[in-house]
Formats: sequence, structure tokens, C-alpha cells
Amino acid sequence: MSQMTIHLKIWRQAGPDVKGAFENHTLDTVNEHMSFLEMLDVLNEELVVAGKEPFEFDYDCREGICGSCNLVINGRAHGPKRLTAACQLHMRNFKDGDSIVIEPARAAAFPVIKDLVVDRSAFDRIIAAGGYITVRTGSAPEANSIPVELEDSTFSFDYAACIGCGACVAACPNSSASLFTAAKLSHLNRLPQGEPEREKRVIAMVEQMEKEGFGDCSNFGECEAVCPKGISIASIAEMRRNYVKATIAG
Amino acid sequence: MKLDAKIPSGPLEEKWSKHLNDVKLVSPNNKRKMHVIVVGTGLAGASASASLAELGYKVSTFCIQDSGRRAHSIAAQGGINAAKNYQNDGDSVYRLFYDTIKGGDYRSREANVYRLAHLSNNIIDQAVSQGVPFAREYGGYLANRSFGGAQVSRTFYARGQTGQQLLMGAYQSMMKMVNEGKINYYTRHEMMDVVVIDGVARGIITRDLVTGELTRHSADAVILATGGYGNVFYLSTNAKNSNVTATWRAHKRGAAFANPSFVQVHPTCIPVSGDYQSKLTLMSESLRNDGRVWVPRKAGDDRPPNQIPEEERYYYLEERYPSFGNLVPRDVASRNAKQVTDEGLGVGETGLAVYLDFRDAIARDGKDVISAKYGNLFDMYENISGENPYEVPMRIYPAVHYTMGGLWVDYNLMTTVPGLFALGEANFSDHGANRLGASALMQGLADGYFVIPFTIGDYLADAGVSTIDTSHEAFASVEKEVQERIDKILNVKGDRTVIDFHRTLGRIVWDNIGITRNEKDLKKAITEIQALREEFWQNVKVPGKATNYNKYLEFAHRVADFFELAELMAYDALDRGESCGCHLREEFQTPEGEAIRNDKDYAYVSAWEFKDLNGKLETELHKETLEFEFVEMKQRSYK
Ligand SMILES: Cc1cc2nc3c(=O)[nH]c(=O)nc-3n(C[C@H](O)[C@H](O)[C@H](O)COP(=O)(O)OP(=O)(O)OC[C@H]3O[C@@H](n4cnc5c(N)ncnc54)[C@H](O)[C@@H]3O)c2cc1C
Ligand code: SF4
Ligand code: FES
Repeated sequence: MSQMTIHLKIWRQAGPDVKGAFENHTLDTVNEHMSFLEMLDVLNEELVVAGKEPFEFDYDCREGICGSCNLVINGRAHGPKRLTAACQLHMRNFKDGDSIVIEPARAAAFPVIKDLVVDRSAFDRIIAAGGYITVRTGSAPEANSIPVELEDSTFSFDYAACIGCGACVAACPNSSASLFTAAKLSHLNRLPQGEPEREKRVIAMVEQMEKEGFGDCSNFGECEAVCPKGISIASIAEMRRNYVKATIAG
Repeated sequence: MKLDAKIPSGPLEEKWSKHLNDVKLVSPNNKRKMHVIVVGTGLAGASASASLAELGYKVSTFCIQDSGRRAHSIAAQGGINAAKNYQNDGDSVYRLFYDTIKGGDYRSREANVYRLAHLSNNIIDQAVSQGVPFAREYGGYLANRSFGGAQVSRTFYARGQTGQQLLMGAYQSMMKMVNEGKINYYTRHEMMDVVVIDGVARGIITRDLVTGELTRHSADAVILATGGYGNVFYLSTNAKNSNVTATWRAHKRGAAFANPSFVQVHPTCIPVSGDYQSKLTLMSESLRNDGRVWVPRKAGDDRPPNQIPEEERYYYLEERYPSFGNLVPRDVASRNAKQVTDEGLGVGETGLAVYLDFRDAIARDGKDVISAKYGNLFDMYENISGENPYEVPMRIYPAVHYTMGGLWVDYNLMTTVPGLFALGEANFSDHGANRLGASALMQGLADGYFVIPFTIGDYLADAGVSTIDTSHEAFASVEKEVQERIDKILNVKGDRTVIDFHRTLGRIVWDNIGITRNEKDLKKAITEIQALREEFWQNVKVPGKATNYNKYLEFAHRVADFFELAELMAYDALDRGESCGCHLREEFQTPEGEAIRNDKDYAYVSAWEFKDLNGKLETELHKETLEFEFVEMKQRSYK
């Protein structure tokens, strides 16, 4: 197994209210089978042994499904590989001698907690505002009494795949959370179960998104390009249409 | 300690409905005054939080991740079982019950398992109403598949994201109640200890993982839905934050820990590639439907797999189990992979892998058919390993996946500490010595949506509204213990990192309390674990401070608890002088290597009581005898 040397430039920031800066490190024990996060683990172990502070970054599943990881790698949220979360990126996508810049997912609504870790609780609040179907535990009817056309079910599923990582926000020049919010609306609004709360849902979620300080969408399309789950930007247009309709109707 | 499972009397089918009629109710007025703490936001914790808040209780919910939606449950791929019988293939609540009891090798409670099967259908109804996009057929009705060797198609699934979609349903329902002010929602908060006063659970101490601040929370009842402890092995398919801390602290405060050595090892995972490896990735079990498992017949044969001729390939599952072949249950497949690699027949750079080969399936059905079935799994494999499984056989190896053991609970899901409940993978309740595929999601949601909302009322109605708050001296004293422990860990200032200790511990546990066990190795493991634990407290090096975000400090705490748990696992495996389910004691097998179960002496749940911890763990075993009134205990055979 051949070893690679990788030059890293990583964001270091002690806390939310202090200034941060890049720090340079070189690792010469990287191999192609390592995942990107394992490469950072190796660096952190070296730092700890040397009596220095490791870099903090978010992760949990390391399988591309929990949405915890959200590194911006060489200027691109989740790194160079399409449809791939940072934790699924393997070092074979880089070559010996490469330089890699790693930054947190920056946005006004995502304050830095430490180093590469940011606060994405705004996403929770957008869901809490209306990203659900109201159904009390125990009150659901027999599952097959609600048939759903295959086309609707597939459409809805494509949007339900969002993992809430926030890459879309980090990539957007306006730091808009439109793709995340629209994905949830497209998931729920297309289903017959979601019908009764359609209008209320779109108003509540869009308004919460604005309240959190996310920017507007100006159709740059950067969000769709970095989304690890391939969420389509078509949902944003639909969200806007529905928002206008709902506010006029209301 | 007295174990009373509180199983209702009467016929199996009527126990739960009878119990529902008998449990006491809490008046709406009192519910508003009662505060319930839920630790965990996986399927069990999120569903419980939402349901209890809907009932009117004041709820506080805690999780480690930055959002409740990121709990480990999100990673479940395969599916969830239910006895809907939509396929008209003869399924029923009884059959689901029977398969689960048999799959658990008769080491679980009949009454609990029957209730689980009975509630399975309500879960599907609830999830569909929440908008969970289960697979559907052309007509718009729900689709099913057969999973894990079941003879009926009873598994509901949502592409490879069943856990994610079910969790989003539960999480969204929970967030609605957060928005309504019915749930206090704490993310990036870790429960550090339980506060038990006069033998009753009264609250918890948490640490804010961003600021390091410790906080006291009092409650009328505490629910732990904190998941399984597979990460004691260091490498497992569990998410990196999965841990035993919450249940272990509860154990040390009086909650019995049941069947700690019952750990499921999944046979088809991507093998370890080096020391830097941080976790293992599961490849769906469905691959064994078409892939053939083999190793070279000759040890040390390092030819590329495609150059090894047919007669020199050892299709060991097909040869040893002619009727089930590659489809033997998880435990049997894992055990056999270990045997052949122990004999030196393993493949790949480390020798710790076997081939899963699709050559014959591709020749038979064509590449397109195979790709339609497994395309995404093949891509995932290629992304991780860098090899193309259409051309070279996959390399796979077993990995720790799920823990059947957990806190002992009665039929009401209450631990041996009154007021302290355990749900989901954190308890031991329904899977016996081996869990069937697609049944963990079912159990977590049954516990959270449909069991705890009723059974907690039975306890709270008797207990009345608690008058104890955080000003009670016990809160201060437990908080002080937590603070001292944090200081102690940070002040060791030794030479070895937490990860290094964890990896070493994992090795010991995997080698000795893993796929097969024997008395000699278990005893050796106990000594090694004790020595390593001692070294940890003298030589661990934890960077940073306690007053900000510090992942290494979090891990250090959890690893410290894993050491103690590991020792208990060894005692438990040593006590069980039989082979059952996942637990294969080498002394108790037939000459062909088949498990010998001993129902006369071991048809019990082992429930361990914590006594003390000095150089060694002092612990007392209590036994809950399992009575089988409705099914006959049979020997499993896959020959
Ligand atoms: C890769 C994989 C695939 C799987 N596939 C399937 C499948 O197809 N079908 C199936 O039925 N099962 C499957 N399982 C098993 C199943 O996913 C789990 O058993 C189940 O999701 C556990 O749910 P839970 O709610 O009990 O706990 P978890 O989902 O593990 O949640 C634990 C929660 O507790 C919190 N927590 C833990 N400790 C603390 C603490 N000290 N303080 C505060 N909070 C804490 C965590 O933050 C988290 O919110 C799979 C498991 C894995 C690993
Ligand atoms: S829309 Fe895509 S990029 Fe945005 S949060 Fe969801 S998965 Fe992440
Ligand atoms: S760590 Fe879970 S998606 Fe990357």
C-alpha cells in the first residue's frame, strides 16, 4: 500500500466570538483506503501525542446518512466527489503531494462553535415550525387505506432523502436554506397525508427560514451541485409558487 | 434485588389488552404537573418523547448530536417487520412472534415478544400517516420483501433508508411538540449520571457539550433510550457516538444489566483495511441471496481470486449446510467465517476476509439483473474498497452490529430502579440471544409509541407528583462526583491517547468475547481488561479543557465506562455454560461445530447487580427463569 504526503490547511477557531485562522500541517502517512475523516483522525492523534489541541469536526455515522459531517474541502461543501458526503470521501480521490484546504460550513445562521464545528440548530427550528404531518400517536388509520400513487410516492421520496447536512447553505453565495426547506415541503406536500396542512406548512417554514437569518435564493444552483443526496432545485420554485399562493389565499 | 417481570396472567393473545385495562391512569391535571426526562432521540426516544408530550406530560429530551434527527437509528437500511399479511402468504401475529422467539434461541420472554408482534401493525399505520415513504406497488399499496431468511414477506422498507425515514417521522412529530412548548429539547447534551434518591430515580446530571456546563434536572420519571453498546469493540457498524455511558451509570446506581454478552455480529461487512480504521460499514444481508461465499482451499494461496480454479475453492457454507447454504442465519455465517480465517484460509492483505462472489450469478442472470438488484451496494463497496465487484469478488468479514443485552426491564419497561425506564436497544427485552433482521426498528418504535405511554402511567399514578427538586442534596452530590471524574480524567496527563486505549480494549473484547468464546480466553480477557483499565487511569492523555467543545474528553468518559462493561460481558459469557444464539462457547458444541443449548440449566435471563469496583468489578448474578407456556423449545438446525 503506497503512502501519500498531503499538505493540509485547516481552519482553527477557539470559539464563536474569537477570530480564527488557517493552520498548516503535513501528513506523510496517508493511504488511499483511508476515508477523509480518518485522515483527520490520524492528524488529530499526532497532535494529541505532541501535546497540541486536535481539530474539532462533526461526525457520527460516517456512512453519509446522519448529516453530521459538513466540511468545506477546497472550497466545495463535502469536497470534490459528486453525491458524496465528506465522510464517504476516500483519499484515493487525492494524489501524493496534494494540498487541501478545510473550512467550516460558513453562514450567518450557522455560527462557528469551534474549529470546523458549526451550530445548525436553525434547521431544527425550521422543521419544528411546520415540517411534519400532524397525527397523534394512536390515531392513524390502517396503512393501506391511504393508497399513494407510485409517481407521487417516488417524487416525495426523492426529497425525503435530504440528510439535513447544510451543505446547500454553505455553498450558496446568499447562505440561503431554500433547498433544505423546499426538500421537506416537497416530501410532505406531495402526499395525500400531507394535504390538509399544505398551506399552513409552507407559510410557517418559509417564515421561520427568514427569521433565522438565511439569505434569499437567487437561483445560483450551487446548492444542488453540492447536495450529497441529489435534491433537485426544482423544489425551490415549487416552494415559492406555493408560498405566494398560500399567502394570497390566506 | 428481586426480579419481578410483572407478566400479566391469562392467554398469550390477551395479556397486553388485559394489561391495558388494568394499568392505572393519570388524570390530565396531574399529567400537566409531571415531568418526564427522555434521554435519546433515536426511534425509541423520539417516538416516546412525541407520544408522552401529546398525552400532556411535561417532557425534556436530550441527545448527543447537534440534532435529534442524527441519532444512530438513521443508519438502518434494510427494513421493519410487521404482521400485516398484505402478501396473503400466511403471515400472522403468531408467526411473527414465533419466528422472533425461535430466532432468539428461546432466551426471551414469550409475553414481551408476543406484544411486539401484536403492535407491529400499529407502527406501520402510524409511520404511513406521518408521511414515511415506504416502498409501494404500482397500484399505490404498500410493498414488502422477505428479509433475513424469513419464509414470508413481512418486511416494509424505504429504499436503503428505512431507519432514516422512520426516524424522520418520529423526529418531526417530536419537533412539532417542541414547537408547541411541550418538550424542552436539549441537543449536544450528554447525560453523565442518574440521580437516585431512596432507591427511586429522580433526575439526571447533564453536560452541555459546547460549554462543558453541568446541569441538574429533576423529574417524576427518567427514560433511557440511549441505544446499544456495540462500540465496546471499538470497531463496529454503530455510529461513532454510540456508547454505554447512560445505561452503565444507571447500572452503577442500581439497575440490573441483563445478558451483557449477547452481541450480534453481522456476517457481511467491509473488512478492516488498516489501523486508522474508525468504523465498519455494513453491506446488506440481501447480497447473500445471489453471492457465493468462499475461501481458497489451501492456506496461503495468494493468487488473485479469479485465477483460483473451481476445485480449489472452498464454498464452506454450501458444503457445511447443504440445505441453507449461503443463507444460514447471521450467527452461523459469522462463526464459519471466523473458523476459516482462523485456519489461515482468509484472503486480502490482512487475511481477515472471505470472498463473496457474484461471478456465477452474473453468468446466470446477466450483469443488468444483478446491477438492478444490488447496484447501489456495489457502488458503495467500490467507493470504499476501490475494487469493482462485478469483476473481482467482494471481500467481506463479520462485524459487531447490535447488542441484544441491555438494562433489565419488566413488562412495563421499568428497570430494577423504580421510576427509571429503558427503551429500544438500551434494554434487553425482546431479542433473546439473537435478533432477527428488521426487528430492532420494530422494537424501538413499539416501545416508544405504544408501550411506554401506557405503562409509565401505571407507575406515575402510584408515585404521585414528585415534590423533590434539584435543591435536594443528592443532586449536588452526584454533580460533584461527575465534576471530580472529569477533573480526574483531564489530570492524568499521561502518554497514550483515548483512541489508542479504546482500540486496544476493542481488540481484547473482539478476540475473546466475540464470535466464539471459551473459558480460558474469557479468564485471560478479564485480567487484560483490568490491567488496561488501571493503565488508562494512570496513563491516558486527554487534550484541551472541560469548559468547551472537546470530543476527546467526551470519548474518554465513554471509554472509561466501556472498560467496566467489558469486564461484565466476560463474566456473563463465562457464566453461560451453553451455546445459544450469538453465544458460542467452544466447550459446548458438537464435533461438527454446532451449538449445544442447555435448556435445563440456562433457560434464564442473567441480570447482574453492580456491587463495587476496586481492582475488579464486583457483581452479583440474579436469574429470571424463562417459562415457555405457549411454544415448545426446539433445537435450531440449518444442515
Ligand atoms: C448499519 C446498521 C443497520 C441496521 N439496519 C437495521 C434494519 O434494517 N432493521 C432493523 O430493525 N434494525 C437495524 N439496525 C439496528 C437498529 O438501527 C438499532 O438497533 C436501533 O435503531 C436503535 O434505536 P434506539 O432508539 O434504541 O437507539 P439509537 O438510535 O442508537 O439512539 C440513541 C440516542 O441516545 C442518545 N444518547 C446516547 N447516549 C447518551 C447520553 N449519555 N446522553 C444523552 N444522549 C445519549 C443519542 O444521542 C441518540 O439520540 C441496524 C443497525 C446498524 C448499525
Ligand atoms: S438539501 Fe442536500 S445539501 Fe441541503 S441539507 Fe439536504 S442533503 Fe444537505
Ligand atoms: S458522518 Fe454521518 S453523514 Fe457524514
